[in-house]
Amino acid sequence: MPLLNVCGLTKRFGGLVANNEIDLEVPQGSLFAVIGPNGAGKTTFFSMISGFLGSTSGSIEFDGRDVTRVRQDQIAAMGLVRTFQLVQLFKGMSVIENVEVGCHLATRGGVAASLLRPAWFRKQEIEVRERAHELLDFVGLGSQAEQDAELLPYGQQRLLEVARALASKPKLLLLDEPAAGLNTQETESLARIIQKINAQGTTVLLIEHDVGLVTRIAHRIAVLDFGRKIAEGTPDEIKAHPEVIAAYLGVEEENA
Amino acid sequence: MTSLSITSPKPAARAARARLDWFQIGLLAVCGLLTTGALIYGGYLLTVFQLAMIYGIFCIGLNFFMGYTGQASFGQNAFACIGGYGSAILCVQYGWEPALALIASMVVAGVAALLIGYPTLRLRGHYLAMATFSLGLITYDISIQWTSLTQGYMGYAGIPPLGIAGFEIESERWKLVALAALLGFAFWISQRMRDSRFGRGLRAISGSENGAAALGIRVPRFKLIAFVIAALYASAAGSLFAHTVGFISPEVFGPQMAIITFTMLYVGGVGTMIGPIVGAIVASVLPEIFRSVGKFQDIAYAVVLLGMLIYAPKGLSSLGKLFRPRKKEEA
Repeated sequence: MPLLNVCGLTKRFGGLVANNEIDLEVPQGSLFAVIGPNGAGKTTFFSMISGFLGSTSGSIEFDGRDVTRVRQDQIAAMGLVRTFQLVQLFKGMSVIENVEVGCHLATRGGVAASLLRPAWFRKQEIEVRERAHELLDFVGLGSQAEQDAELLPYGQQRLLEVARALASKPKLLLLDEPAAGLNTQETESLARIIQKINAQGTTVLLIEHDVGLVTRIAHRIAVLDFGRKIAEGTPDEIKAHPEVIAAYLGVEEENA
Repeated sequence: MTSLSITSPKPAARAARARLDWFQIGLLAVCGLLTTGALIYGGYLLTVFQLAMIYGIFCIGLNFFMGYTGQASFGQNAFACIGGYGSAILCVQYGWEPALALIASMVVAGVAALLIGYPTLRLRGHYLAMATFSLGLITYDISIQWTSLTQGYMGYAGIPPLGIAGFEIESERWKLVALAALLGFAFWISQRMRDSRFGRGLRAISGSENGAAALGIRVPRFKLIAFVIAALYASAAGSLFAHTVGFISPEVFGPQMAIITFTMLYVGGVGTMIGPIVGAIVASVLPEIFRSVGKFQDIAYAVVLLGMLIYAPKGLSSLGKLFRPRKKEEA
């Protein structure tokens, strides 16, 4: 059974069909990518899966449960955690605090626990701190732990967002254009990190504009164009697919 | 240091928490000294500082909603009103113990905040500010019009001073000491809530609601809890005002109070730990300092406030950061 099963997912904004009858099956443990030119409907697709946007029709099944009409925080609680194309860091918090917030789902306790501070709560706080440090080391931000998150350079902010999402121990990690705005070197290290995350057992669904990155690391790729899925297959199949070449790689119509 | 951390040789996890920088510690020390000074000097200054302590408690609560959670509320005076009148009515009409009346009023205010906040907090930004502002206005009007309950403009007089089990704090000096202790207690409570999973969730919401929701934080519920916390603090402040001054009337909890506390929070530093306390004390003392300038008092006060907001937009308590551009060696 696939971890994520999307069936006939459609989104209309008035007369504009942003996503048209998209089917997608993301197997457990895979590193799956969705690519497509600008405006192909990738982010719309992502927002629907993660519960940030309601769908017009179609169904989304995650981990055996129907999540089509489920709130975003509940979807996250089921283990489907996303990052954003425009980085959504928590301003006013340090780098490590951002990751600590990420531990929210993996921990418990509310106002009462924070006031009474029972032993399990204190232990948990220490574990959160340690886990946050580990994750920062993992993405290579260990030395900037105490810095203000908003002062990080853009590329590192993206890495921080990935570390933060990982802190919630997701089953499926959705990365929305993680390489956008990164230079070649940063993209390289990001690719390695994504592969490591996947190797450790987390299923990854990646949206990318950068075909180079995707064809190198993804196991399987789906291609969107004008809101439709026009192709799906292994990177080699995609590279050779005539419609993909026409729509995306060949005659690229990018509006500057 | 801890044997638990195997993978990363990092300093003990326990040690690193939200810490105050030296500038902030200095500010707190100055506030403490000023309060001590007032305590020794006595007279009118005692009242000024008593009110500063009460406003400080109010602002600590407000800071949860406006600072940490990043939501706008101009109507927390409504809950101070509930607290004040609750204490006045219960003590004067029914002869309750002040401490008991204070707690009962807090419960009422908390329930009211839950009921009001649930629909209101769907609004954001300016709309939320307007809605909460009207909440304050409505409560103000109710306190004037519902004369059978509130005695209208006449207000309540003869509210007994704070005390426990028959022992009443009569001396103005001891009142200030008690209020300062309560402020410290309120601050301690707020720190515990801030430095926790719950507090981090709140601050995440002010950073990015979408980011917080994507990590599984139930944003509407967290906002509501922050609103209730602010209401509980406001109610306690209202009750303390009633017991300290001994008299309340609708004007005390009018829109003026929302503006004053708002100013205090911004002067001290909204979203900072000590901002509410520093702001409450500074904004209470400043007008007294400018009393010597006679009729220009209000103008001088306004100029200083404007200057603060322009040159220290994050308030007095983050002023230290301006002089310390590189803080790497400290971290």
